[in-house]
Amino acid sequence: MSGNMNLTLKVWRQKDAKSTGKMVTYKAENISPDMSFLEMLDVVNESLILKNDEPIHFDHDCREGICGMCSLYINGRPHGPKRAITTCQLHMRSFHDGETITIEPWRAAAFPVIKDLAVDRSAFDRIQQAGGYVSVNTGGVPDANELLIPKVIADEAFNSATCIGCGACVAACKNASAMLFVSAKVSQMALLPQGQPERWSRVQSMVAQMDEEGFGSCTNTGACEAECPKEITLTNISRMNNDYFSAKLFREEKVHDHSGGGE
Amino acid sequence: MSLEAKIPPGPLAEKWSKHKFNLKLVNPANKRKYDVIVVGTGLAGASAAASLAELGYNVKAFCFQDSPRRAHSIAAQGGINAAKNYQNDGDSVYRLFYDTIKGGDYRAREGNVYRLAEVSVNIIDQCVAQGVPFAREYGGLLDNRSFGGSQVSRTFYARGQTGQQLLLGAYSALNRQIHKGKVKMYTRTEMLDVVTVDGHAKGIITRNLTNGQIDTHTGHAVLLCTGGYGNVFYLSTNAIGSNVTAAWRAHKRGAFFANPCYTQIHPTCIPVTGDHQSKLTLMSESLRNDGRVWAPKTVEVAEKLRKKEITAAQVKEDDRDYFLERKYPSFGNLVPRDVASRNAKEMVDDGRGVGGSGFAVFLDFADAINRLGQEAVAAKYGNLFDMYYQITDEDPYKQPMRIYPAVHYTMGGLWVDYNLSTNVPGLYALGECNFSDHGANRLGASALMQGLADGYFVIPYTLGDYLATIGPKPVDAGHPAFAKTKQDVVDRINSLLALNGTKTVNEYHRDLGHIMWEYCGMARTEEGLTKAKGLIQALRADFWKNAKVVGANDEVNAALEKAGRVADFLELGELMVDDAQMRKESCGGHFRLESQTEEGEALRDDDNFAFVGAWEYKGDNQPEVLNKETLDFEFVHLTQRSYK
Repeated sequence: MSGNMNLTLKVWRQKDAKSTGKMVTYKAENISPDMSFLEMLDVVNESLILKNDEPIHFDHDCREGICGMCSLYINGRPHGPKRAITTCQLHMRSFHDGETITIEPWRAAAFPVIKDLAVDRSAFDRIQQAGGYVSVNTGGVPDANELLIPKVIADEAFNSATCIGCGACVAACKNASAMLFVSAKVSQMALLPQGQPERWSRVQSMVAQMDEEGFGSCTNTGACEAECPKEITLTNISRMNNDYFSAKLFREEKVHDHSGGGE
Repeated sequence: MSLEAKIPPGPLAEKWSKHKFNLKLVNPANKRKYDVIVVGTGLAGASAAASLAELGYNVKAFCFQDSPRRAHSIAAQGGINAAKNYQNDGDSVYRLFYDTIKGGDYRAREGNVYRLAEVSVNIIDQCVAQGVPFAREYGGLLDNRSFGGSQVSRTFYARGQTGQQLLLGAYSALNRQIHKGKVKMYTRTEMLDVVTVDGHAKGIITRNLTNGQIDTHTGHAVLLCTGGYGNVFYLSTNAIGSNVTAAWRAHKRGAFFANPCYTQIHPTCIPVTGDHQSKLTLMSESLRNDGRVWAPKTVEVAEKLRKKEITAAQVKEDDRDYFLERKYPSFGNLVPRDVASRNAKEMVDDGRGVGGSGFAVFLDFADAINRLGQEAVAAKYGNLFDMYYQITDEDPYKQPMRIYPAVHYTMGGLWVDYNLSTNVPGLYALGECNFSDHGANRLGASALMQGLADGYFVIPYTLGDYLATIGPKPVDAGHPAFAKTKQDVVDRINSLLALNGTKTVNEYHRDLGHIMWEYCGMARTEEGLTKAKGLIQALRADFWKNAKVVGANDEVNAALEKAGRVADFLELGELMVDDAQMRKESCGGHFRLESQTEEGEALRDDDNFAFVGAWEYKGDNQPEVLNKETLDFEFVHLTQRSYK
């Protein structure tokens, strides 16, 4: 078809967490500008399979920008060259015929490579498990409209809650800091009245877990905000820092113990 | 075999409370002696796992994604219904029940649907308590909108990301229990079989997707919360990983599969651009509130549009056919999903489709922009317009969107009774994975409601009854059934890895999708279904000879994962065709060309088909046996749906 492109791909290949990886060059031929970036990789993989080669492994699922599973570092940027989209929403019309495209996994000590372009982001889950919730059981809660929440507060909490947990913020950061991710959840809960009872213990538990996972420190560079596909703002980090120091300096309550068996 | 739905007798409004009272309870001190397996961590799975752990059961939860938060419930856009009547506009539990029964074209159980409407109000309370940021009014109260042709505003929403926010709420409840040690979470782990001992489900076999390890897990009960099977059509709005394997494996171990042909095809999706297409993207139904659907009046004009000799804006008003407004003057562009989809297909079949492929009609906002101004339209639909522009490179503010129907949801699924138990004791199915509440067509904003109803408010009650009956004796992992089932799984993996033909698994999947879409899609005929059955059988036989699967088991191997899933779709596809062929009536999403009213609407045959068709697996290459569960309507009067 006219308008189709031939591209050169330089792709990180790594058999598993223990092996060393390397960049391998592939040709992507006759690529339609209407294809998504992942569809382009599908096409390359189909041809690799037919040649008895191992297909390039990458994480992906919903392919509509919401599940947070896709995670490619394209030409030196998480999720590629365009703002406010995920890799699965990137289309090949953003590239030109003859271009060489470099594709790497997220790079961070806390995100070890599983295979090729897929990394282990379970550290994010463990941070959420450390306190990213309101401690309510199913049932026995008040009527939803008994709680009045100003629209501006609800909207701001929603903006923080749109984080998809993809890890682009960590990948973009020169320190591999997870502050944007953690602060988004902390902010959502800190803004809402439901989050107040555990506000000070939550921020301490989540930050402690973040440090334990080996993420780096924040030096206010702002690359995370620039690369976040959901445009989560640095304000969240300020808010978290404020709560964290407030909790450490002025709140005597202990971090409550989430462990222990059932009731 | 007789199917006992176990719907409690008595007045609708009392069924569930009476039933809850009659269910046996497990003593709080004994709950920790029970292990419960939950497969899938979408709305149904995450809410069930968290709620059961809160009660004190030991839960093992499984998902194939890298995190439970990625389950495909995350992608639901529109909203969640609840009979709160916060808007004072005449809503009630009974009205939500009635709308759902009617919307499902009278092919769902009254008892189940009433319970769904009843617990819908608790769901909203629960989600708000968790910190789900629903849309609000300036006064601080929750906002609602109307959705899916409903006459009341009962839909709660969080911008266009309601599924995401509800799932993150359930995920947070799940995380809390993981932290407490009450839920053991297994990510990147796929269930490949269910183990039954003396007819009871006692465990599952899984594959670790990181290293290929095959493991056995025991439990006093197994809950499948594994979603729908829309990907049997290859292209759908489902996630790439969404699959039928868990449900299908359970089916082959004895669980009946009900109403497999009931598929929902959503009218407003972005059309296919070529063979490389891997999935389809939904454009929210809310667009039909302001967009006008049209196709050219003549094939000649359509031809010029397809060749890009003219643009849509150049088509004169007289040459346009606003076919929904013309045929359905009272509902217009807001007819239910199945009706809108079929009409778009008619235009395309008539040669009046647009876009490069001819498989599209227009959804035009020019009038809305003239009337309200571009700013107002952007405020309402900006994010959807951006998404459309991102995918198509066309600006919907300047030219109409091109839309076409796509597979979106499957109403069929594992047969369950009122307790959400399949016919295999100890094996339960929740959410889209079961068949029970939507009949032949699901209304907008009802899927999220059902998933969370099952997980938060039904299974915590009904599961206890079964567990109390069987007692807390530990499950014996040494029973030969575990080793036998594990060996079956290993054998199957080996036979897939042995495939070294010339065609990739993806190509088989695409071929299957073409067959299903063509013959078992929006319009089905006796002749087409017969043809499809033969084609699927031939394709399946060819798959097991000529497919190519690379790599080994003891590593990350996406090709192997996909091969197992496609092999199951190749079997399910045939059952869907059988079911569609058996059901010689039209109802909801199942449209048989032979059974339509004079106006071309779905014509039910209540005398002969007011039943649930539950299929029983009888062995490889044996015809499945149909079991019928009669649907009794005590409270509503069956009518012909009309949207004129």
